[in-house]
Amino acid sequence: MDSDLNAMAGNAAMTPEHIAGEEPGPSPGASGGWGRLRPAMRWESGLVVVVIVIAIMGSALSPEFLTANNFFNLGLNTGEIAIMALPMALIIISGEIDLSVESTLGMSSALLGVLWADHWPMLAIFAVVAVVGVLAGAVNGLLVTRVGLPSLAVTIGTLALYRGIALILLGPRTVANFPAFYTNAGTTAIPHTDLPWSIGIFIVLAVIFAIVLHTTPFGRSIYAMGDNAEAATFAGLRVKRVKTSLFVISGLASALAGVLYTFRLNTAVQDNGTGLSLDVVAIVLLAGVSIFGGKGSIGGVFLAVLAFAGLQNALLLTNFNQEATGLVTGGLLLISVFVPNAAMFVRYLRQAARRATRRPPSEPALSLPRKDT
Amino acid sequence: MTATLAPPREPGSPASASSRRLAERVFRVREFGIVAVLIVFVAITAAIQPRFLSITNIQFVLVDATIFALLALGETIVVISRNVDLSVGSVLGISAFLTAQLASQAHGLPLPLVFLAGLGIGLGFGAINGLLVSLGRVPSLVVTLATLYIIRGLDVLIVGGSQVVPSSYYPSFLTISKATVGGIPDLAIVVAVVIAAGAYCLRSFRSGRELYAIGSNPDAARLAGIPMGRRIFTAFALSGAIAGVAGVLWASRYGTVDSTAGASYELQVIAAVVVGGVAIFGGSGSVVGAAIGALLLQTINSALYVLGVSPDWDQAIAGFLLLVAIVLDRFISLRLTVSLRRRSARRGQ
Amino acid sequence: MRALLRRAPLAASTLVVASALAVAACSSSGSSTPSSSSSSSGSATAKTGLKVFVIPKNLGNPYFTTADSKGTGGALAAISAAGDTGTETSGTAATSASQIPAIQAAITKGANALIVSATDPTALCPTLNGATKRKITVVTYDSDAPTCRSLFINQASTSAIGTSEVDLLAKEIGDSGEIGIVSAAASATNQNAWIGYMKQELTKYPKMKLVATVYGNDDPATATQVTQGLLEQYPNIKGIISPTTVGILAAAGVLDTAKYRGKVQLTGLGTPDSMKKYVSDGTVKAFELWNPANLGYLAGYAAADIAGGSLKVAQGATFKAGKLGTFTIGADNTVLLGPPTVFTATNINNFNF
Repeated sequence: MDSDLNAMAGNAAMTPEHIAGEEPGPSPGASGGWGRLRPAMRWESGLVVVVIVIAIMGSALSPEFLTANNFFNLGLNTGEIAIMALPMALIIISGEIDLSVESTLGMSSALLGVLWADHWPMLAIFAVVAVVGVLAGAVNGLLVTRVGLPSLAVTIGTLALYRGIALILLGPRTVANFPAFYTNAGTTAIPHTDLPWSIGIFIVLAVIFAIVLHTTPFGRSIYAMGDNAEAATFAGLRVKRVKTSLFVISGLASALAGVLYTFRLNTAVQDNGTGLSLDVVAIVLLAGVSIFGGKGSIGGVFLAVLAFAGLQNALLLTNFNQEATGLVTGGLLLISVFVPNAAMFVRYLRQAARRATRRPPSEPALSLPRKDT
Repeated sequence: MTATLAPPREPGSPASASSRRLAERVFRVREFGIVAVLIVFVAITAAIQPRFLSITNIQFVLVDATIFALLALGETIVVISRNVDLSVGSVLGISAFLTAQLASQAHGLPLPLVFLAGLGIGLGFGAINGLLVSLGRVPSLVVTLATLYIIRGLDVLIVGGSQVVPSSYYPSFLTISKATVGGIPDLAIVVAVVIAAGAYCLRSFRSGRELYAIGSNPDAARLAGIPMGRRIFTAFALSGAIAGVAGVLWASRYGTVDSTAGASYELQVIAAVVVGGVAIFGGSGSVVGAAIGALLLQTINSALYVLGVSPDWDQAIAGFLLLVAIVLDRFISLRLTVSLRRRSARRGQ
Repeated sequence: MRALLRRAPLAASTLVVASALAVAACSSSGSSTPSSSSSSSGSATAKTGLKVFVIPKNLGNPYFTTADSKGTGGALAAISAAGDTGTETSGTAATSASQIPAIQAAITKGANALIVSATDPTALCPTLNGATKRKITVVTYDSDAPTCRSLFINQASTSAIGTSEVDLLAKEIGDSGEIGIVSAAASATNQNAWIGYMKQELTKYPKMKLVATVYGNDDPATATQVTQGLLEQYPNIKGIISPTTVGILAAAGVLDTAKYRGKVQLTGLGTPDSMKKYVSDGTVKAFELWNPANLGYLAGYAAADIAGGSLKVAQGATFKAGKLGTFTIGADNTVLLGPPTVFTATNINNFNF
């Protein structure tokens, strides 16, 4: 009995409220398939508008914006972040978070450099890097699900730990003599297209993730446990197994991103990837994935990557003061959380005003605040 | 018949006296635990390299730790209420630059006014965070992530390519971090007093205990009539104000301030806070523990340099320690849940 | 499957957006060419009105702001004096991943010449080689990317910097004792090159011993801490060399106490403005630097001349760089600004940067 309660307490500790710190509004997913779809459609439609606006703005400000060459560069610089955003979206939908992705990227890059400098064959290196990525994700997943730790704290710890391992592996060295076959893949397009290889991989992965998330029971279970982990457990879903596998996928994706990153720059150095975790989280939040869990779509992630990359690129091409791009990213993030809340907030204000004028001041504070339907 | 789950840690709720005492005893054990780790660590390092305990080195470590201890104080207040403030590094940076400019251009300005300016700047940004979180009902992770970007962007815009250099300050500004009393840096004493005061306020004032309640169980806190919005707003405002003061100290300590001051500090601060025993979900922990956590992490940092161990190991050790700390906390809290529940069951509650 | 079909409207709109962008991309010109046609070879009439982009390691870095700005007489001043338009751009983190998008954007915007201070000796090469293929002039300054540029403007001969630092310190500590180096980032090309020459020069002083090189990463807090650690680990240390403006400031801050002043000597590369305090109170006796603005100015003229066609890069070729005079291209296609200036208490107040 005690152990069940403990297990529940453990899972309760992982419900989305605990990450976000506040109670969520009404859960639109509660009314089933169409109910979940409608608000998602609203968000992604908004994103489509944003992307179109950015495209128009960009091309108005700079004639080179809408060129194939520019898209190539844009894709090149965003490929790795985009790949990491896919599993990150799934993790956040399931009610967790993974801040260690940049360090797993760095660790795999360092491993690649060290093993290459030691004359290992490249295919063997790929195998090792993949295994390490899986292990890195597994550590996160097991600590969160088996030990019951909050993913925010765990992944801050592994963020430092994995970066530390990268530092120890490489030290101050730089490894920069990777074979042209691979580094070309980092700078030339897929034949007959204008896409960098990393974006090609991203598109393929996005389709796979979309199919899994939106059509399979596995994907539906991710939404369910993001909505309410306790209920999901009682409904028979294997919350722990699914969440662990999500972290493992994230680790593997970050390792892949690390390899792509290293080849693109033809450099393995200890600070590869620093700062990327927050960029990935920002993209996923922009995609309409709710930090509370239970909401979001891969289409949104795709559009958010377009918007994020497009915006940064457009700003670079204009005479915008590069030093202020942070302002734009942060502002976008704020807008992305306020817009859905705005409607709710206005309603809340109206209700509060109504309550204040109608209710006599002697009423006890214990009347439950009315929840929106 | 209610079958609600009693949250494992509730120092602020009207639990039975002995349960509270048990809980507090556990916290004290937890704090004692970090102190013990600190002592063991220092002892081992000093055994290998006695110079670690030289007066100058202790002074170095203490002064370097004060800035993080201050940030940890502010962050703890926020984390206890089940929120997080990721913008502290950016606030420190912008405050450091602006107050450094002030100190270098207004030579007649008395020092306390410079500190006040830093406090004001930080308070302003903290208030914005607080408003967005409490009124806008937006999760603090997202808000402070956004303000992290925005404030850093502002900082970079304002600073541009300039920097403030030590030559331009008046001398007393730079010596703040060097003044000592009987060998102990003034800064360390002052910050220790501030932290003690903070701990007292959190424990003894109702508004402080209410923060714990909010972090333990926000729904229950709301039903109990706690003014959540006001408390959370105050928590963020305080966190910002403290980060602002830390910025002034940063400028005085390191002299050169450009647009990168304080970058990436937020994750280090959260690590210190968690290592110090503050639960990331709120509801438990103490500022004293968090300050000791900050001191521990700085000590490890310094020890690595002194031992000649490549500072490359620093991150890995810090990350590992953080993981150990939260695993340990989890086991402690599970044990506590079990025994608290057994106690309640025995009393028929 | 049904769930997928339900999302058909969304998928459709995404597809529409993506294909619209693709069509727009394909219909406009493939890659943008530099705005002026390829220049005639080495004729006396150089092309003007070219677009030159100055890309330092990062923006918001005071050293580069001095080197690049028009107001200080840096790169942008030279470019406009040469009759071209100059723009400064870069990322905000001094990493290659942050610098590359800026280089790409410059190429896309039709740059005729790039002046780059390389964050990494090799990571920029794919991008810079792409620029060279497009007939864009690539000149590096301050920090080199040796295999992917036409010309490198070096602030002073690498060996001269390394050897003079050691000589300066040796004079101050009487040619004997333990010394340490407080450097910047472990991967910085220029740092490692100078340190290499320092180690070579040290062999001339058998009684001096380099006990450690620590890395401050050009961050004041880190540089302070590594200096503290150095002092604690080697209590008998007599001197410190810090060939980075951030590092020397941080080290000076640490040494600026009664305990260390005069007992541990400090030298390195620093700007006179920032070091005035420490020279006047005796913490630092002498240090050196070049004028970053002159470095940028020289780079600006070199790039403008090459892109404009009046300068063909070859060892021995000469060109005039405005107010700085005439310069000759040396070995490895490098141009030297000149010997570093040594600043001491006697002359430090004559300088304003």
